[in-house]
Amino acid sequence: MTLDEVKPGSTVRLVRNGARGVVGQRLMDMGFFRGVTVKVVRNAPLVDPVEFLLGSQHVTVRHAEAATIEVEPI
Amino acid sequence: MTISNTVVALAGQPNCGKSTIFNMLTGARQHVANYPGVTVDIKRGKYRYQDRSFDVVDLPGTYSLTSYSSEEMVARDFILGGEADVVVGVVDGSNLRRGLYLTFQLLEMGAPLVVALNMVDVARSKGTPVDVDVLSRELGVPVLETVGNRGIGGKELKRVLFSFSADEGRSPFVVDYGPLEPLISDLSDEMNSIPEISFPARWSIIKLLEGDSSVMERVGASGDRGRVLLEKVSRLAASFEEEHGDDPRSHIGLCRHLRAEEIESRCVKDSSAGKVSWTDRIDSVVVHRFGGPLILLAVVYGLYELAIVQGYKATEYLVPWLSRFEALVSGWLPPAGVLEEPLIRSLVLSVVAAINSVLIYVPIFLILFASIAILEDVGYMPRMAFILDRLFRKFGLHGQSTLPLILGGVFVGGCAVPGVMATRVIADEKARLATILVVPLMNCMAKIPLYTLLISVFFADRGGAMMAFISTITIIFGLAVAKILSLTVLKGKESSPFVMELPSYHRPTVRGVVTRSIERTWLFLKKVGTVVVAVAILVYFLINYPSLPQERYSSFTERASELVAGFQSKVEGTSYGKMLDSESGVIRLIDYMEKFKSARMSGQDIESLNAKFKAMDPEFFPLIDRSNRSDKDAKKVNRAYKLFRRDRAFLMKEMSDERTNDSWLGRAGKALEPVTHYAGFDWKVNVALLSSLAAKESSVATLGMIYRPVDSDQGSLEEGIKKEGGMTPLHALALMVFMALYPPCVATLIMVKVESGSWKWAFFSLGYPIVLGLFCASLIFTVGSNLGLSGFTATWVFYGCALLTTFALGLINPSSREASIEKGKEV
Repeated sequence: MTLDEVKPGSTVRLVRNGARGVVGQRLMDMGFFRGVTVKVVRNAPLVDPVEFLLGSQHVTVRHAEAATIEVEPI
Repeated sequence: MTISNTVVALAGQPNCGKSTIFNMLTGARQHVANYPGVTVDIKRGKYRYQDRSFDVVDLPGTYSLTSYSSEEMVARDFILGGEADVVVGVVDGSNLRRGLYLTFQLLEMGAPLVVALNMVDVARSKGTPVDVDVLSRELGVPVLETVGNRGIGGKELKRVLFSFSADEGRSPFVVDYGPLEPLISDLSDEMNSIPEISFPARWSIIKLLEGDSSVMERVGASGDRGRVLLEKVSRLAASFEEEHGDDPRSHIGLCRHLRAEEIESRCVKDSSAGKVSWTDRIDSVVVHRFGGPLILLAVVYGLYELAIVQGYKATEYLVPWLSRFEALVSGWLPPAGVLEEPLIRSLVLSVVAAINSVLIYVPIFLILFASIAILEDVGYMPRMAFILDRLFRKFGLHGQSTLPLILGGVFVGGCAVPGVMATRVIADEKARLATILVVPLMNCMAKIPLYTLLISVFFADRGGAMMAFISTITIIFGLAVAKILSLTVLKGKESSPFVMELPSYHRPTVRGVVTRSIERTWLFLKKVGTVVVAVAILVYFLINYPSLPQERYSSFTERASELVAGFQSKVEGTSYGKMLDSESGVIRLIDYMEKFKSARMSGQDIESLNAKFKAMDPEFFPLIDRSNRSDKDAKKVNRAYKLFRRDRAFLMKEMSDERTNDSWLGRAGKALEPVTHYAGFDWKVNVALLSSLAAKESSVATLGMIYRPVDSDQGSLEEGIKKEGGMTPLHALALMVFMALYPPCVATLIMVKVESGSWKWAFFSLGYPIVLGLFCASLIFTVGSNLGLSGFTATWVFYGCALLTTFALGLINPSSREASIEKGKEV
């Protein structure tokens, strides 16, 4: 499944960052790499974007970007 | 070490407190100012330690060092250029892992590195203190603890930088890229055989494997060997991906992250596992589905209340000082004649008035910038973007457009200059340009005097409703325009992904807030002040030249002489008659009386005023001395002078009207009448609007010049407009809407040029509002008058149409972004 489908409150493991080019690089730099655990914290008041917790840092991306990330349940 | 200065470069990620380290070293003396949230281009400062002087260069804060953004390129090129004798890698001590990700890249580039482990106080309070000795051993470079916002660790850092020699900074540290290593070492040898490439070989190869466009270009341009190497790299990369199921770039990133984790686990004993941090607790309220937007509204309202309302009150304390300044200057200038002021006098005074019109904003800006600095330091800005991103994105803007729009004056009272400056933080080029172009549509403070004037004259009984209209119509228009622009002229511009950190909340420091607000206000004054002066001079000439034809001029001078003679005959028998029997005597009196009048206006106490004016001219002093009641002659002269003053003012006004009429600006205003009469603007309004191009404050001033009742006793400007202008509420509405869409002032234009990087956009931002504004104003006026709508009805009909249009535009969804991400940009 992809990261944008995960309900807020659940935690998953990242399988693959499928975005290429600049999107892939940005996500990579922010800590979206294989094997990391990602907690879906919350959606924005207007549903998009969505906030994640990676380790101890909070990162927000839009659902469109989150859709490029494959994850698996823990 | 030569005698030349030691150059220290600061590198680090956003939110690591790099700027606080910079200020700690240099004492906040710098050449380029900060723009909200990020560091402009390259900031430079200086400090001395013992007998050596150090140049500190603050590089842009970046998460990584790729070729995907200009900030990263700037930082990277500076380090590769070898200009820096030492690079200070600033790392957020409370998030070591992420900071190391960048530190590794600095080491790979062969930067002579010292690590400043910043915000160690936060790390301690989180229960994750870092063992500096272990970290220093792991990385093979000196590591120091600092707390930049409290000035802790600065002395030690300076000492280390003083004794630092580049050799000890060349750390043997490398990140092991596992299965890529054989490729890297193999390709590095080939890279070394290309003399044109001066970059470190290992770093260059890693960059090629990552698919870094700028290094690929460099290598490709170096000749045949380079091209062969590039082909080989792409072949090897493809086969690596086949074999490992991961492209080299992801693999490289992964190795860096894993190595960072490993080092972190060695230097940090994590005792905070499972603890809910304060940030999470605050966030559960601040970005809550219902609470978030409410808090956001409260914050924006608070900003206005503080900066605009309270700031305006603060300006009242400034007004006397400004008029004192004006009086001081006019005291140095040659006095006015009976009919005319000498050129130098009127020119300098109009420049002073222009300067004052800018200075009046200083308190507002200080408060505004301080509030913004607090919000930045706290970490609220990204949350604002998080809440509003979806709404703004529907219109081609970005979550980060929030701050620029607020600064520009979303509802009432901002300024487009800091607004446009603040667009720097927007990561997405397309949305950034759209924001730059719509910020000037917001209601800057200079538009407000015209609104209040027109509303008080034409909509006095419905002021509140009209103010609500005018303060929301701008954002409605702004969104619509942004959308139209992003569907048309900005179509081809690149948009970037929305990946944003929500940093931990911090307590702001007084020092940081004060320095930044002063810094930004100063920047504003520097940028704007010079322009305003230049434009004031230009407008002065445009509105006063060409001068009157000779015969008209002679007729005016004749009438002036008659006035003087009439006055002299009235005061002839008095004890003052002697002094006033020549024209120069009368001029002396005028000068003296006017000086006294303006001195009284600037609120000095009467005692010191009397003493001053007695010293200035003891002969005339009895005329203004209030305690001198028994002097019948003085009364007589005063009465006569009052009449004379009024008649003189009438005459001067008649002459300046005729001059304005016939000036370049007047001619332009008349030439435009055929176009503007659909919007209900006559040439006088055109002249006011044309002169407002310089700075909108002057719209009221120019209208004042044109419609000015001759003397303050003759009723107010409001009445003048009604009497002379023949305007109706519908006229006023058209004019207000035009003002709402008014093109940016000169200062803003310059900022637009700076931020968009080209004059093309600056001229575009000047042109499109004129067309749009004229269109809307003509629509309102022509349709309104044909249907016989009252101004108030027309207002709401127009408002409804605008709202519907914007709503419809928001629904247009250009090619969905998902597709473009899936495809990805092959670099």
